Amino acid sequence: MKIILKNARVINPIQKLDSKLDLLIEDGVIQKIGEISEKVVKDSQIFDFENKICVPGLFDMHVHLREPGREDEETIDTGSNSAAAGGFTGVACMPNTSPDIDSAEIVKFIKEKSKKNLVDVFPVAAATLNRKGEALSPIAELYEAGAIAFSDDGSVIKNAGILRRVLEYSKMFDVPVIEHCEDETLSDGAMNEGLVSTILGMPSIPNVAEDLIVARDILMAEFTDARIHIAHISTKGAVELIRQAKKRGVKVTAEVTPHHFTLTDDSLKLFDTNYKMSPPLRTTSDIQAILEGLKDGTIDCIASDHAPHAIEEKEMEFVFAPNGIVGLETTLGISISELVHKKILTLNQLIEKLSINPRKILNLPIPEIKEGSEVNLTIIDTDLIWTVDVTKLKSKSKNSPFDKRLLTGKSISVINKRQMYFEDNYIRI
Amino acid sequence: MSLSSRHLLGLYGVPKEDIQLILDTATTFREVLERPIKKVPTLQGKTIVNLFYESSTRTRISFELAQKRLSADTINFSTSTSSTKKGETFKDTVRNIEAMKVDMIVVRHQSAGVPTYLTKISKANIINAGDGLHEHPTQGLLDIYSIKEKLGKLDGLKVCIVGDVSHSRVALSNIFGLKTMGAKVSVCGPSTMIPFGIESLGVKVYNKINQAIAEHDVLNVLRIQLERNAGERIPSLREYHNYFGITTERIEKNNRDVLILHPGPINRGVELSSEVADGPYQVILDQVTNGVAIRMAVLYLLGTMH
Repeated sequence: MKIILKNARVINPIQKLDSKLDLLIEDGVIQKIGEISEKVVKDSQIFDFENKICVPGLFDMHVHLREPGREDEETIDTGSNSAAAGGFTGVACMPNTSPDIDSAEIVKFIKEKSKKNLVDVFPVAAATLNRKGEALSPIAELYEAGAIAFSDDGSVIKNAGILRRVLEYSKMFDVPVIEHCEDETLSDGAMNEGLVSTILGMPSIPNVAEDLIVARDILMAEFTDARIHIAHISTKGAVELIRQAKKRGVKVTAEVTPHHFTLTDDSLKLFDTNYKMSPPLRTTSDIQAILEGLKDGTIDCIASDHAPHAIEEKEMEFVFAPNGIVGLETTLGISISELVHKKILTLNQLIEKLSINPRKILNLPIPEIKEGSEVNLTIIDTDLIWTVDVTKLKSKSKNSPFDKRLLTGKSISVINKRQMYFEDNYIRI
Repeated sequence: MSLSSRHLLGLYGVPKEDIQLILDTATTFREVLERPIKKVPTLQGKTIVNLFYESSTRTRISFELAQKRLSADTINFSTSTSSTKKGETFKDTVRNIEAMKVDMIVVRHQSAGVPTYLTKISKANIINAGDGLHEHPTQGLLDIYSIKEKLGKLDGLKVCIVGDVSHSRVALSNIFGLKTMGAKVSVCGPSTMIPFGIESLGVKVYNKINQAIAEHDVLNVLRIQLERNAGERIPSLREYHNYFGITTERIEKNNRDVLILHPGPINRGVELSSEVADGPYQVILDQVTNGVAIRMAVLYLLGTMH
């Protein structure tokens, strides 16, 4: 089937491309770029994307798909639908499933199960067996089966000696170790430690719980000359530590979630468990530092940390409720509203953080928009004003603090692997 | 006159007029408690559930007695296991109880914020009887009432909360309530037991007990909550007593006019010496009596609102 995308502003920072072009796509390959007349190309389906932008497919390097184990909360299929609706053509899924992704069989199961879907799913495998932080997982075997990074996400690798071996071993494959930075001896709480936690009498987690591990991990990456990726940073201290480390040439990269650059611990006053996450929401001064870090490149990318939870588990006493929120379908809208429209980042910079950099970190090929390339695109309307409605999310879970929030900017369509997601439907192309 | 909210979740943000109304109403009920027949028909026909997810003796008895003296029908639901362990969610438990048509729920829970959450899932009036380390408003009110009863005023009084402030919902309710009523509030304790940023609430921090005794009209002495791992924050109870314990000697050396409050139960020989606990400076048992009057006042004011 032939399709023509007309009148979109096509942007790809790695090709230094930014112009209004038409694209002819046939059998999943970009056949022609430029001005294309539907009169010349017969039997084609036309999509007019006037005033929309067309970019390399977005990539979310931090999602929890819950399969295997908690298919009541999310599956590979529903998570992929959520990703497609949110504008992503690829995701990296975290290993804290049940069982954990710490065997080649599970890596292959995920690859196999996601094969037919538009959205590419790349498993991040456990760095240690059962994510217990005691012994190395079979990293070589996992890598060969298709794991693209290693992490005990959900938990930190507590033991510095084990972390050293994980870094040294994964260095053989030039893959990053993704760390959930939290000193567990300091993180026995339900929210950020600050004035708000004092007023609410809530057990709390100080910034230094994150800063300590970020500092340790940077030193360890420097010592082993291996690659460390800091997941979901939340503190100004972490931003500064990473900035300094990058200046010294340490192989450290970092991501931030939309909630950590948008919301503060002040929201906890409502005791709504949709504001409970790990790391916790911090303060305005942390957000300020994170925005600076996004601007100057200290923070490489934006990831959702999409963490679906069953309603009955979130609708619980605050201290007992699980951490995390869904984010695949709100990440782009929040990022455009809070970063591009508020002039923190340019559109080009945002595309780098949502498409180019995560793939660079994970050694994945970056989609090119040129004749002969396989199509992998996201079409965005940066001016579309819409209201988040959790009941309409494609994700199986509805735990979002952004329900009813007004956003400007939304994905209109994604195209990958001979499939196009448009107006809530998949179209074979 | 009526209160501005149909729930009592905490004393944070509660207007002065509301606190004053509760104190005034409590004075009336305090008088009732001295009568030979200590019962009024005010809440006849009202059903109140005491939902206690955390063990409690005195608060629960005090509420129950207050309810009985107002002629309400009361039901006690006590469990020490969390909803997660029990298999039924907290929400389902509450919905079930509510389906039996109750008017008010008095709740104690180990998790901060549960009373607030209850207001979202129930139509009943909610009274917080202590949620985690957040608030314990009726305790705060009865402390304020007892201070006023003894010293005749609140405005300008200097009150120091002594001890494990970090593990205390009593401390927070006292701070919020007393400040609203015009008192100057400070805290005194080992620095490991002083919560983050308390100074920005306008609360002065003392680390020397003699100075705290000398500079205040009232000391509200908190219980060292060993059941909440307070032990991690101090080397030993002996060291705590030696550096922060209230003794007759310390009182007589620094300030013979000081008034001592304690929310109970007392760890004798830790935060208070036995001599102080039974001595002339304290009003600990008056606090207990006043507690019934305060709870009657709160139940009455919320239960008769329209």
